[in-house]
Amino acid sequence: MTETVMRTDGAAIGRADRRKEDARLLTGRTNWTDNIQLPGTLHMATLRSSMAHAKILRIDTSAALALEGVLHVYTGRDFPELAGSTCVWPVTDDIRMSHYPAICTDEVKYAGDVVAVVIANDRSVAADALDLIDVDYEHLPAVVDMEEALKPGAPLVHADMGTNECYVARMPCGDYEAVKARADVVVKRRFINQRLIPNPMEPRSVVAAPMGMSDEITLWSATQIPHVLRVLLALLTGIPENNIRVVAPDVGGGFGAKLQIYREEVLALVLAKRLGKPVKWTETRSEHMVATHHGRDQIQDIELAVTKDGTILGMKVDLLADMGAYLQIITPGTPLLGMFMYSGIYKMEALDFTCTGVYTTKTPTDAYRGAGRPEATYAIERIVDEAAAELGMEPMEFRRKNWITHEEFPYTQIAGLTYDTGNYEAATARAIELFGYDELRAEQKARRESGDPVQLGIGISTFTEMCGLAPSRTLGALKYVAGGWEHCTIRALPTGKIELVTGTSPHGQGHETAWSQIASDIIGVPVEDIEVVHGDTGRAPYGMDTYGSRSLAVGGQAIKLAGERLVEKARLIAAHQLEANPDDIEFTAGTYSVKGDPEKSTTIQAVAFEAFTAHNLPDGMEPTLSGESTVDPLDFSYPHGTHLAAMEVDTETGKVTLRKYVAVDDCGVQINPMIVEGQVHGGLAQGIAQAMYEGALYDNDGNLLTGSMGDYLLPSAADLPSFVTDRTVTPSTTHPLGTKGIGEAGAIASTPAIINGVVDALRPLGVTDVFMPASPQNVWRAIQNAQAGGAR
Amino acid sequence: MIPSSFDYVKASTVDEAVAALTAAGEDAKVLGGGQSLLPVLRLRLNSPSVLVDVSEVDEMRQVTDEGSALLVGAAVTTYEVMHHDLVTAHVPLLAQTAALVADPAIRHRGTFGGSCTHADPSGDMPTVARVLDAEFVVAGPGGRRTVPAADFFVDFFTTAVGPDEVLVAVRLPKMGGWGSHYEKFHRTAQAWAIVGVAAAVRVEGGTIAEARVALTNMGATPIRAASVEAALTGGPATAEAIAAAAESAADGTSPTSDTHADAEFRRHLARVLTKRAVTKAAGL
Repeated sequence: MTETVMRTDGAAIGRADRRKEDARLLTGRTNWTDNIQLPGTLHMATLRSSMAHAKILRIDTSAALALEGVLHVYTGRDFPELAGSTCVWPVTDDIRMSHYPAICTDEVKYAGDVVAVVIANDRSVAADALDLIDVDYEHLPAVVDMEEALKPGAPLVHADMGTNECYVARMPCGDYEAVKARADVVVKRRFINQRLIPNPMEPRSVVAAPMGMSDEITLWSATQIPHVLRVLLALLTGIPENNIRVVAPDVGGGFGAKLQIYREEVLALVLAKRLGKPVKWTETRSEHMVATHHGRDQIQDIELAVTKDGTILGMKVDLLADMGAYLQIITPGTPLLGMFMYSGIYKMEALDFTCTGVYTTKTPTDAYRGAGRPEATYAIERIVDEAAAELGMEPMEFRRKNWITHEEFPYTQIAGLTYDTGNYEAATARAIELFGYDELRAEQKARRESGDPVQLGIGISTFTEMCGLAPSRTLGALKYVAGGWEHCTIRALPTGKIELVTGTSPHGQGHETAWSQIASDIIGVPVEDIEVVHGDTGRAPYGMDTYGSRSLAVGGQAIKLAGERLVEKARLIAAHQLEANPDDIEFTAGTYSVKGDPEKSTTIQAVAFEAFTAHNLPDGMEPTLSGESTVDPLDFSYPHGTHLAAMEVDTETGKVTLRKYVAVDDCGVQINPMIVEGQVHGGLAQGIAQAMYEGALYDNDGNLLTGSMGDYLLPSAADLPSFVTDRTVTPSTTHPLGTKGIGEAGAIASTPAIINGVVDALRPLGVTDVFMPASPQNVWRAIQNAQAGGAR
Repeated sequence: MIPSSFDYVKASTVDEAVAALTAAGEDAKVLGGGQSLLPVLRLRLNSPSVLVDVSEVDEMRQVTDEGSALLVGAAVTTYEVMHHDLVTAHVPLLAQTAALVADPAIRHRGTFGGSCTHADPSGDMPTVARVLDAEFVVAGPGGRRTVPAADFFVDFFTTAVGPDEVLVAVRLPKMGGWGSHYEKFHRTAQAWAIVGVAAAVRVEGGTIAEARVALTNMGATPIRAASVEAALTGGPATAEAIAAAAESAADGTSPTSDTHADAEFRRHLARVLTKRAVTKAAGL
C-alpha cells in the first residue's frame, strides 16, 4: 500500500543537509571497482616501457608464460590495429591526429607506454610475470622540451607527421596590433604553467565481465564518464554498443583524470570477450603516476597593453601546450577551453589568442580540474599584477579600474561570451573585510622597513570562469564531436518512493544529496524517500556525465524540468480523483488540494499508486507516473569571486608559508551550502598545491623524476591554514535554478592568488616572477637572480 | 605495487630473531614497523626471501633508565619515543625530533631502531643518534657488541649491522645541562628532510662550553659539523657568534641533488639552519 510521508521541513534547496552517501564512501564499505570480486576472475597486468622513446626489437615472453598461474601474454602483434584511446576533439581542420595503440607494436613513445599484457589467475602472479618478460629496445632520442621539439631537425615523436607540431589554433578578437600602438606600456611576461599529475584517492580500476548467455559485457570502471565511455568502447573495439553496459560504481575522485578512455579499459573489454571470463585490472600508484593522463603543461607568453592611467587596451596570448606522446579524449582541446577566459573579468578592446599544440615523448596530457580555465586565469591575474606594478598602481585599484561593473551586466566580453550576471564589487568588498586587507598592508610595510627576513605579501585573484559545459551548438562550432546536454528521469514508484535517474556521474560531489534536495522541493517528497540512480548505462541510459562543473548547471535544469513534468501529470490525476478542474488544483509540499476546499486533497504518493493501478485514471491517460527531460543549456554560466592570500616568505631559505586565505565565491544559488563549502575547500587545496608543491619533472631522457609521492608532493591538511570562506549570491539568469557551478572555482582562483602573494612579498628585492611550484629552491633562486640583476 | 613473495618469521626473543636471520643467510631482512621496508618491497627495490619480524620482541620494546644514559629499545615506536616520560625528561632532543618524523600514522607504526638501521640519509633519527654520540647494541650469532654512532652509519642505507645481526637498542646519554634543538627543513609536513640540523650546546656563564652539531642529508650518512663545533666551543653564546660559526656548516659535506634541492641550495640551507638550530639550542 502507498506509504505517505509528508514533507514538514520547509524548502530543501539551500539547506546544508549532511550527505546521504558519505557513510558508505568514508568507510569504504561500498562497491569501489576494486572491491568487485567475480567468480573466475582473471587478472591483467601491464608491462610498461622504461624508456621514453625506443624501437621495440624483440619481446621474449617465454619465461613469463612458463610461470605457474600465467595464462596468456599479449603483445602489440596480437592486436595490431586496436586503439587504446581516441581523441574526440580535432580542434583544427589540419590537426595532426595520433594513433594510440592499445599495446605498442614497434615503438614506444613515453616512459610508461604499454608493451605487453599478462593475464594470470592471481594478481600477484601477474605482477611477478612482468619481471620475466624480456624486451630488447633500440634507443631513440627523447623529445622533452616543447621549444626544442619545434625546431627544425628535432627528433620526431611521430616520424610519419614530419613535425612535432600538432596544431596551431588562433582566435583574434579585435585588432590587437592597433590597440598596442596606442598603449603607453606593454607588459610582457612568460609564465610556466607546469605539468601536474592528478591524484584522486582511488586509483583507476576496471572489471569487464561477459554476462552469462547473452552477448552483453558489463564493464565496471572507476570513471567519470560511463556514458561517453560506452560509445567510445564500441567505436574502438567494434563490439556493438547495445552489447556493452558500462557501470561507474562509487568512484573515489577524478579531477579530470577519469574523464578519459584508457587502454586498460579497452583491453579488459576485448580480453573478457575473447577469454569468456571476467578480467580485472587495478593500477598501482606508481603506475598511476606515468599511465594516467597528466594536466596543465603550458608555456604562456603574455602581453598586456595598457595606458598610463591604468586602462587595459588589449592582451596577446601565445601558448605552447604539451600534448604528450598521443592525443587522448580532449587533449588538444584542453588548452582551448581557456581560450575565451583570458580577458577574465576585465574590459578590453582586443584579445589575440594563439595556441600551438606540441607532441613530446611524455605521458599524454588532458583535462585536470579547471581544464584550460586555470591556465587562463593564472595568466590574466598574474599579468594584471605585473601591469599594476609597472604603472605604480595598487593592484586592487588597477583591477577596479578595469573590471566590468555590476551595472554593466549582461556584458559581452572581448572573446564573445556574454556574462549574464556578476557583482565583482560586492565579492571584493566582502573579501577585503574578511581578510583585514589594510592591516596586512600595514604589517607588510613594517616588515619591509625593518628588513625582516620573513617578508609578507598579499596575493589577489579576482576571477571568473565558465561552467555548465555546454550548449551543444557551441560545442559543434568548436569541432567537438558530442553534445553538452543532460538528462533526468524522475519515476514515482507505486509505494510512493522516488527514483531519480540522472545522466551525471558523481565521483565524490554529493549528487545523491543535492539532486534529492532539488527534486524534494519540486515534487514535495522528503529527501530520504528519493533514491538517485547514476553511473550505469543499464539503469541510467542517457547522460553526458560529470566534468567541467556541469552537473548542477546543466543536470540541475533537467531535474527541475523532469520534476515539473511529473507534477503536472500528477495534477491531472489528482483533479480526476478529487472531481475538480485541473486549473482549480493547488500543489504545495506534496499535497494536491482543491482551491477554496482544502479538505478535498490527496498526496503525490497516493497519485503515484493510482497511476500504478490505473483503475481510475482520466480518459486516455497512460498509466505510470514519471517525468523526463533532456536539457541543452542556453549558455554557459559564469561563477566569479575574489580570493586573497597572505603569504609569508622566508628570504633566507625561500620557504613560503600560506598564513591566511580568504575565498569569497559567487556561484549563484546554492543547493547545499555545505557541499559548496567542501568543493571550495578541495579546490583551494588543489590550486594552492599547484602554486606551492606539485610539479611533474622529467630528465633529458624523458624519464619521470617525480614518479612517487616522495618526489611529487601533495599537501595534507597539516600544510594548509583554516580557510576563511564566504559567498555572495548573484543568481544566474540563464540557468533556471539560478545556479552556476562551484566544482573547479577554488582550483582556478587560488593558484594566481598564491603566486601574486609570493611575488608581492619579494617585489622590493627586484623579483617579478617565481616559477611554480614556489618551492624553497625556486623562491631562493628567484631572490638570488633578482639581486644579481637578472630576471628570475 | 605488489612485492615478490617471501617467508615470514615472527620472533619473540632477540635470540630467535638472530637464529632466524642466521638460518636464512644473506637473503633475510628484519621487519620492525615496516614503514621503510614495505615501500622498498612494494617498489621491488629489494626482494628478500625471509622477513624476521621483531616488532613484538619484549626486550626491544623497553626504555630503560641506566643512570647516566637511557637505553631505548629498537622496536619502540616513534610515537612512543615522542611521549615517553624518560625520553622527554632526559633526552628531549629525541622527543622533539620524533614529533617531526612523517605523519601520525607512520609514527605509530615506525620504530626508532628501524629508522636508524634503514639509514636513509634524509632520516631524522640517525642524526640525533649521531649528535649525541649514541651507542648501538647489536646482537649476532657470536653474542652482543656495542657500536659507536660514528661507526654505525656506513653509507647510503648501510649500517654496521651485519646480515645475521639485529639492532637491539640504542644507548643515549642524558642531557642534563644541555640545550638542544632539531631544525628540520621540509616542504610538506610529512615529507623527508631536505636538510636537517641537530644541535646541542652547554652554556656556562654566557660562554658555549660544549657544542655538538650534526647534519641530515648533507652526505651519505649523518655527519658532524666539526668546524662549527670548534668555532662555537669557548665562544660567546651570542647570535652574532653563532651566525659566524654557522658559516662553515657546509664545509666538508657532500650533499646530493634531487627534485627538492640541488647541492648548492643544500649547502646554503645547512648554514642557515645551523645558525637557527644552535641559536634555539642556546636559548637565544
